[in-house]
Amino acid sequence: MDETSQPTTELTEALDHQAHGEHSNVFPPFDTEHFASQILWLAISFGLLYYLVSKVALPRIAGILEDRHDRIAWDRSEAERLKQESDDAVAAYERALAEAREKAHAIAKETTDKLSADVAAKRAVVEADLAGKLAAAEERIGTIKAEALAEVGAIASETTSAIVSTLVDIDVAKDEIDGAVAAARAS
Amino acid sequence: MATADRVDPVHQFIVNDLVPLGRIADMKLAFQNSSLFMFVAVAIIVGLLLLGTSSRKLVPGRVQSVVELLYEFIAGTVRQVLGEEGMRFFPFVFSLFTFILTLNLLGMVPYFFTVTSQIVVTASLALLVIGVVIVVGFVKNGVGFLKLFVPHGVPIVLLPLISVIEFISFFARPVSLSLRLFGNMLAGHIVLKVFAGFIGTLGAFGFFGAIGAIAPFLMTVAITALEFLVSFLQAFVFAVLTCVYLKDALHPHH
Repeated sequence: MDETSQPTTELTEALDHQAHGEHSNVFPPFDTEHFASQILWLAISFGLLYYLVSKVALPRIAGILEDRHDRIAWDRSEAERLKQESDDAVAAYERALAEAREKAHAIAKETTDKLSADVAAKRAVVEADLAGKLAAAEERIGTIKAEALAEVGAIASETTSAIVSTLVDIDVAKDEIDGAVAAARAS
Repeated sequence: MATADRVDPVHQFIVNDLVPLGRIADMKLAFQNSSLFMFVAVAIIVGLLLLGTSSRKLVPGRVQSVVELLYEFIAGTVRQVLGEEGMRFFPFVFSLFTFILTLNLLGMVPYFFTVTSQIVVTASLALLVIGVVIVVGFVKNGVGFLKLFVPHGVPIVLLPLISVIEFISFFARPVSLSLRLFGNMLAGHIVLKVFAGFIGTLGAFGFFGAIGAIAPFLMTVAITALEFLVSFLQAFVFAVLTCVYLKDALHPHH
């Protein structure tokens, strides 16, 4: 302000005051000559601080804290949602598992039943078949046996005729041999 | 300024003009050492706040943690005393607290000037607080703000007396507010200087003097620690009392 117009006087004045201040007997904090400047600079500096703090710094910090608060709230709700989802999935899985198990049981039972019925039926058929074959075989054996038995007489006659002719070298009439064989068999 | 100045415990409070600015209506104006430290404090506070918020990290680093801690500490105090509606005074209380705290702590650095040991500074701040209280009180409650001086349930006979007492107590607030801070900082620094001076004085008396200097040395260490506590405490007290007085402005009914 006036500084440029009368620099020398200002300087000497200031030096004067400084010297005066150094040696004055007033307790420095109560030295009223510095009050005006101190109030002036306090007003400017505190005003500046208040302006910067309220307009710049605190909104920034509040923004950061709010961001974090929002983010935490969002994360929590998201975690809650995911947990719900996974719980649901687990429940669904359990349900599906139980259903599948039940189904498997049913299928296994059904299959077993079907198979055993099948087997039983097949066995019955096979058994019937076998029984039929057995009966036929027995019947055949019976006929063969009967036939064989029926032919025994003829074989014996022939054998006898052969033996007799070999031993005594006579031809015996077939009727006689047959009669003798029949008599021998009958005894 | 040789030995005499070193032991003089008052020398540290002398205000020096760094840049004389002239006179207005017989008042000397100058940029002084106290002015310098006021701006240093503002620079430190704003610098710290901006540095701490520059990265805007979700998970805070060191500086950001300090800044957030400071913010939440004062916000918590304001909210506790004034409630949610008082949060518009938060920047004011925050500025006051950080300004006083930083000035107090700067004063703890050797050879630095303690701005808060100047009665004119503390008184100006206290008057600012009371001024804000009065303005806010009248703007918010109109004439109802005067109910502050008329407590409820007081017999009509005692009312004049009580009102006078309330009135005096209200205007004693800036006095006590400013003197508390001023006195604490001034006394602390004088005591520190006196004890520190003893060390030098006793130490000059040879061997036994040096042994005797151990006691004031320990005292100086202890008082330095105490002064750091006082620096914080006085800033906090100033901020809390500001909140309490502002509460009267918002709710003048006792």
